[in-house]
This record gives sequence, structure tokens and C-alpha cells, in this order.
Amino acid sequence: MGFLTNLQDAWTFLQANLDQFVTLLTEHLTLVLVSEVLAILVAVPLGIVATRNDRAKAYILGAGNVAQTIPTLAVIALVFPLLGIGFLPALVGLFAYAVLPILTNTITGLEDVSEDTVEAARGMGMTDSEILRKIKLPLSLPVIFAGIRTSVVLNVGTAYLAFFIGGGGLGVWVIGGINLFQMEKVLAGAIPGALLAITMDSLFALVERKLGGEAGVNQQATTG
Amino acid sequence: MSTIEFDNATKVYDDGTVAIENLSFEVEEGTTTVLVGPSGCGKTTTMKLVNRLEDPTEGTVYFEGEDIETLDSIELRRSIGYVIQEIGLFDHMSVAENVATVPELKGWDAEDIDDRVDELLELMDLPPAEYRDQYPTELSGGQRQRVGVARALAADPDVLLMDEPFGALDPITRENLQDEFLDIQERIDTTILFVTHSIDEALKMGDKIAIFDVGELVRYDTPANILEDPGSEFVADFIGADRTLKQLQVTQVRDVMHRDVPATYDHLVEAVTNGSATGTDGALVPVEPSDSTQTALSRIIQAGAEAIPVVQDGRVVGIATEEAIREDTSDRRQSHEVA
Repeated sequence: MGFLTNLQDAWTFLQANLDQFVTLLTEHLTLVLVSEVLAILVAVPLGIVATRNDRAKAYILGAGNVAQTIPTLAVIALVFPLLGIGFLPALVGLFAYAVLPILTNTITGLEDVSEDTVEAARGMGMTDSEILRKIKLPLSLPVIFAGIRTSVVLNVGTAYLAFFIGGGGLGVWVIGGINLFQMEKVLAGAIPGALLAITMDSLFALVERKLGGEAGVNQQATTG
Repeated sequence: MSTIEFDNATKVYDDGTVAIENLSFEVEEGTTTVLVGPSGCGKTTTMKLVNRLEDPTEGTVYFEGEDIETLDSIELRRSIGYVIQEIGLFDHMSVAENVATVPELKGWDAEDIDDRVDELLELMDLPPAEYRDQYPTELSGGQRQRVGVARALAADPDVLLMDEPFGALDPITRENLQDEFLDIQERIDTTILFVTHSIDEALKMGDKIAIFDVGELVRYDTPANILEDPGSEFVADFIGADRTLKQLQVTQVRDVMHRDVPATYDHLVEAVTNGSATGTDGALVPVEPSDSTQTALSRIIQAGAEAIPVVQDGRVVGIATEEAIREDTSDRRQSHEVA
């Protein structure tokens, strides 16, 4: 049985179960996007706080790094005893995992804004909050955005594991298919996910280039 | 009235470095005062005391008669123009947005801001139609520095602080910008505090020069007085061995020229009138009264002449002879040696 036959079987399987596919894909996307938005809302302000205070930075980065070191599956497993099963625990797990790339890039981006630029702004009479809003954030936007891009792509992959705590998503087909040796089901779940990750990545890369190009900022995007 | 006064100002940094010690001097309104000295002499720190990027550890700085520490630092900074060496342009903003920064902060009307931006870009020889919407990274070093100066002048500040504004430019661009800035300076009538490590730039730009040695002010006087009599070995060394040449640089032709042209030089005047002195090979190019005697002397030598006509608005107003220039320089030297 060749790989091509597998692909054909997967396509047939997908067409036969299109309704379920749409449901799973929607779940998958919802998990990714909601956890991502939450991660952005938390990571960017945390990053700002971290650049203002060295001690806060040590704690925040420490916590973020710990969250990232735990294997993805373990994050999901850790959430389980705390929040039980279902969509919400899966969301929390994914959120915890999505925060770090955005956080580190926010910190790097803000810290990379040149001292001269900041001093010029201060010398011209900008308050700290004006310096942050008008100078530091806009200048570090391309770097922060690179962090969001990394985080989203990782997140699309991680979301497959939501299946283990009943979070739904394309993992239902992939892991279910593995358990049942149904190769067409595995592929029908895995390939759209891979395509999704690639699409997201290219899309974000496009926006990122536009952000960087428009501002004429030659900062190296640090993709974590 | 003095706009800025340093009264026994001392600045010691947290790590114990003494940047300046018991500094006292006054900056007169409407003049350009240049702070000059080797690196680490405290000249930049002195300047930062004025816009309160640093506060003195001891002593007082007065701004228009008031103790600067009683003034709101944000308001104060918005009334002071600031240009730094690395320019510090905001790369994410267009040229127009950069120039508009302080007027925006001060809450001017959008229309007034637009007019002011155009006016300043015009002044800095950056045609608004072409440059308004460009981004700083698209500009050359000289153009960036012009935008930096335009931005500092935007809200019509009473005081302009310039920290090595032309330091990062190549020599030709630097000289052009210095000349242009001297022109602009006459038109804007702002008190300027200018920091540089180059004595040549100081002599060229300053009405008054404050020479710093490590942490202290060793000399505060006009360029001509300092060149005539350095007063100390440190200052003499700092000026360098070509003091006489520098003296030529700071002396204007108007100070040495004969206003009544002796009959022997009639042929020179004629050459100007009938247009043969226009600068082709070997011909004598007339100078203007505001040119330096150095320029005059170099043109005299170049053309193999003894004197050069001085022209203002197309009319001959006098003649500068090599002899007069020599005498002027040696007079100054002798007057000092006798004294």
C-alpha cells in the first residue's frame, strides 16, 4: 500500500466526513485563536512590566521559561486535575504554552530600541508613557509580531493534544486514527493542520514584512 | 539677562564619578556658546543639566532666572530644542511626523503644525513636497541631521541644545552644515548651547567658547580673545600649533579691509565691474566682508596677487591687501606678548 493510495483514502475519508471535519477544524481554530489572543493580551503587558523592573523581569521570564520547558503533553496533563476535561482546560493549557514566545520577543523588542532614540524622546519632553506608546511600542512592533507568529505556528501543532482532555480539534482524528490504525483518518486530520500552520506562517510573515518595511526598521526579528 | 546660569554646579554620578565640579558661568541670551573639551570632561553632562536629563548633586542651575529644579521637567524640555549626535530620529515616523513631535506634544492645531513643518523643512533646504513623507532610513546622514535640527526648532524654543550635532558626518557634509547653520542661527535668534570636542568647530560656531578640562571650566571667552591669549598651557595645547591660522579663520575680512581703495588697486575694481573676476583659472575671486581672512589670503596666494577686492551685493566695498592681513595678525600677537 503506497503513500499515494493513503492520500487518496484520506481524501475520500475527508469527503465522506466533511461535516465532522468542519466541526473539528472550527474547534481547532477556536482553540488556537482564542488562546493566542489571550496570550497576546497577557504577554505584551507583562513584557512591558518586565522591561521596567529587573526583578519583575527575572520572575516573569523564569515563569515563562518553566512553562515552556514542560513538555506540551505534560502541560495538558497538569491542567487536567485542576480544571477537569473539556474546551476550557485545553484552552488554558494552550494559553500557557503560547505566552513565552510573545513575552520574550516583547522584552527583546522593547530593550532593543536604541538608547539614543529614547533619550532624544525624553529630552524633547515626552513622559514615560508617551515614550512607551509613541516610540518604544511602535519601534518594537515587528519583533513582537515575530513572537506572535512563532507562537501561533507552535500553537497549531500543540492544539492536536487538546484531544487528550476532551478539547476537540483535529487531534480527534489523528490520535483516534492512530489508535485504530486508520491511516486515512490520521492523514485527513494531520495534513489540514500542517497546511494551516504553513498558511498562518506565510500570512504572518507577510504582515511582518509590511510592518518592518513600512517603518523602515532594520531590526532583526528574533523568532524564538 | 542671562538665559542660563550655572551657579557652583557639581554633578557626581552614582558610581562616584565626578563629572563636573563647582561649575559657574552664564550663557547670554541670543548667543551661541560652545562647550568644548576632551572626552569625559563633563561638557555633555553640563548640557544635560539644562534640560534636566541630569540634575546637579550640588549647586543650582537657573533658567531665565528661576531655579531649574522648581520647574516642571516635562514643560521645561518642551521649551528647549534638543539635537544629539546620533540624531535619535524616530525611524517609524515620517520626516514630517518627526519634525511635528514637540508641537504635537504641546497640542498645536493640525493646520499650524503642517505650516510649521513646511516652513522648517524649507529652512533646512529639504523641499517639503519631496521630503515630508520620506522615512529617516531613506535619508543620507546630512539629511537626517537637517531633520534633527528642524525637529529641535519646531516649537520655536527659547534655547537650543546641540550635542555634537555634526560629529558623525563626513568632513565635507559637516562643513556645509556648519555654514548653513551659521546662516540659520542669524535668522532664528535663539540662545544656543553647543557641545563639541573639536576646537575648530568651536571657533567657527561660537560667539563664546567654554573650554573644559576634566570636570572644570578653564576658560570662558570669545574665540578671538582665546586665540590672542590662550592664558594657560592646557588651552594653548588644545588650540594646537596652528593658532595663527585659526586666528585668520575667525577674523572677518571687514576687520582688515581698506574701505577707500588706493589708486594702485583700481585695476582690481575694474576687473570686478567688467565681470572678468568670476572664478575661472588664475582669476582673482572677490571675497565678501563676512568671509574669513583665511579665505581672502588663500585666494590672494592662489591668484598670485597682492590684494583682493571685497564685494557686497555686486558692489566693490573695499580691498583687502595681503599686507593688511599680515599686520592684523602680527599686531594681535604682539599686543599679547607685550601684555
